[in-house]
Amino acid sequence: MNLFTFCFGLIHWLTDLINNIWYWLGDHLPWYFGDFFTAVGDFARSHSTMVVMTIFLEGVVIVVVTLINVLNFIWIDRKMSGRIFDFYGPYYVGYRIGGWLQNLADGVKLFVKEIITPAKADKIGFLLAPVIFVGSSLLALATVPLSPDFAIATNPSGALVPAGVLFSFAIFAMAPFAILLAGWSSNNKYTLIGGLRSAAQMMSYEIPMLLCVASVFLMSGSLSFDGVVNAQSNIWFAIPLAIGFIVFLVCLVAEVERTPFDIPEAESELVEGWTTEYGGMRFGLFMMTDYLRGYVGGALATALFLGGWLGPEPIPGPIWFLIKAYVVFTVLAWMKWSLPRVRIDQILQLGWKRLLPLAVLNLLIAAAFKTMGWF
Amino acid sequence: MAEMWISMGPQHPMTHGLWNLRIKVDGETITDSEPELGYLHRGIEKLCENRTYTQIIPIADRLCYGSSITWSHLYCLAVEDLMGIQVPERAEYIRVLAIEMQRIASHLMWLAAYSVDLGMYAGLVYGMRDREVFIDLLMNMSGSRLTYNFPRIGGVAHDLPQNFERDALRACDYMEKRLKEYEDIYDHSSVFMMRNQDIGVLKMEDAINLGVTGPALRGSGVKYDLRKDMPYSIYPELDFEPRWHRDCDCYARYRVRMDEMWESCKIIREALKKIPKGKHRILAPRTAPEGTGIGRVEDPRGEGMIYVVGDGSDRPYRLKIRSPIFISVSAAPKILLGYKVADVVAIMGSLDMCIGETDR
Repeated sequence: MNLFTFCFGLIHWLTDLINNIWYWLGDHLPWYFGDFFTAVGDFARSHSTMVVMTIFLEGVVIVVVTLINVLNFIWIDRKMSGRIFDFYGPYYVGYRIGGWLQNLADGVKLFVKEIITPAKADKIGFLLAPVIFVGSSLLALATVPLSPDFAIATNPSGALVPAGVLFSFAIFAMAPFAILLAGWSSNNKYTLIGGLRSAAQMMSYEIPMLLCVASVFLMSGSLSFDGVVNAQSNIWFAIPLAIGFIVFLVCLVAEVERTPFDIPEAESELVEGWTTEYGGMRFGLFMMTDYLRGYVGGALATALFLGGWLGPEPIPGPIWFLIKAYVVFTVLAWMKWSLPRVRIDQILQLGWKRLLPLAVLNLLIAAAFKTMGWF
Repeated sequence: MAEMWISMGPQHPMTHGLWNLRIKVDGETITDSEPELGYLHRGIEKLCENRTYTQIIPIADRLCYGSSITWSHLYCLAVEDLMGIQVPERAEYIRVLAIEMQRIASHLMWLAAYSVDLGMYAGLVYGMRDREVFIDLLMNMSGSRLTYNFPRIGGVAHDLPQNFERDALRACDYMEKRLKEYEDIYDHSSVFMMRNQDIGVLKMEDAINLGVTGPALRGSGVKYDLRKDMPYSIYPELDFEPRWHRDCDCYARYRVRMDEMWESCKIIREALKKIPKGKHRILAPRTAPEGTGIGRVEDPRGEGMIYVVGDGSDRPYRLKIRSPIFISVSAAPKILLGYKVADVVAIMGSLDMCIGETDR
């Protein structure tokens, strides 16, 4: 049973339950009302409506799973920082589960804060930026499967989206647009510099990153997640494409804007960078999306280089996938808490002078492997 | 992008206090800058004219929250010069122990603030954690934690506490272990070196002409340390070497401070070995004669100087404070020119701002 059939069954059961009411009303009301309710029942019962509702339900399931993971990630990040900094990290709120509830407490605190829009801000842009930022980050997960059975599918066979990897990266790379919008619409010099820095930074990491992805495409001969992962059934791509994996991880840090490369929101120079003017839950959304993007990044690295859901049998595929994603995220958190921040021109130099040649080299290695017929 | 002025301050993570650095940027490059001070002006110099000599000691402590004992020591030096008092030798040793511990604590606080300026939060916690060791020692010695009120005109308030030598040696052992660790963390980190090398170059001539003192001057290749060049207290009897570096950049200033911490550990060990028995304080007269007194010390941040004019009463007629950072900040437009916005925090952080003494 895969996620689609599970959700379809659930929707089928629910529709039947609710349709009893519509049909009962259709039978007992006068004809001009009754026909209407009968038509509603028929519409709800038609196959295409149920498929649409199923896909919607699948989305809800994926979002819920994602948000639980994000809460775990925030907790891991704080605990990691505590271990690195020689203190405990959060432990008061939810004492028996290692302070896990601290995230929820912070969420409640952010929810009850007043949302302030600066008087001279561009109101629409200011409102849209968090929406685009959160939306694009969540949408990037739409095609990422936790296992072949645990993914958003559109038919009972559970086939994944054909070019899912491409779609994910395309949507994932939309964030600098939202950052630029937030930086511009806040009408503040710090946010403006932060937004423009984000746009400049994107130039440096996006190309090497996509070249590494291209090498994975070359090795696996597929653009979809199941093709890429199944091609790693013998050996993870992280081993033959070790250079590419490292370049990908470095670019990933820049993509999710964590500390060595969190130049757009450099706290000590630009106050809070592009999020300076945001407060309350809008800032909370940015904060959450920071970790959400960490999760997406970890999931992408897992699927492309670490063999996705493949692993020894007794542990199910989705759990393997999450374990690997958590490991990748832990490495990111480790880097975040132990490295200083680089400068904007230094990341451009790093991107163009170091990472790009390495990525091209990695592509050549992948092509060589493919030509030799080893993969 | 057209050029624009950005205010970094008064409320800004870069400032470490309350001051304003206005920078003019062309894109990310700084074309002009202008420090604005005075947000924390408390009128200390005027306040001192209405206090008796003894009452000024705690006020002098409040000059700098990072190295308060240095300033009260400096004030006592100036007044002793005015009154013509010779301090007992044991008191001088206790003072040197205290100010060298304060120097380590101050440099560690600088290291913590500097790390967080560069975005490295681990450094913040490590620096503050290790500073606590020396704060505890000073608390043991004087009874309070941040503003000690420990030196007196004619000595120090108390003799050393019990087991102080053992604790201080232990702290020095701990610190030297940690300093090795810091050198692994910072000097071996290529990101840290990228942010520091060739950033904030302050040429030797510029540093001398602008009157910059302390680690910033020694980082510019000038071997000038008041402890050696104009010795006060018992520094001539101690064997140490002022540390300097010729690179003139942020890394050099960082390096000078780290080396100074090594030197301070050495001085503490030596002073503990040489400390004589005897009185820790002599009684000073309540009133000062007519005349002037001057004290100059090597503060952790540079050269501090206090000039006292006495008029025969028990209050100073005038008291002038020379703050090292007030003068170092005036070098900011010269150093900052041509660097990026992100370098502002590195450069101003490497000067080690302390607004208490700057605005007075």
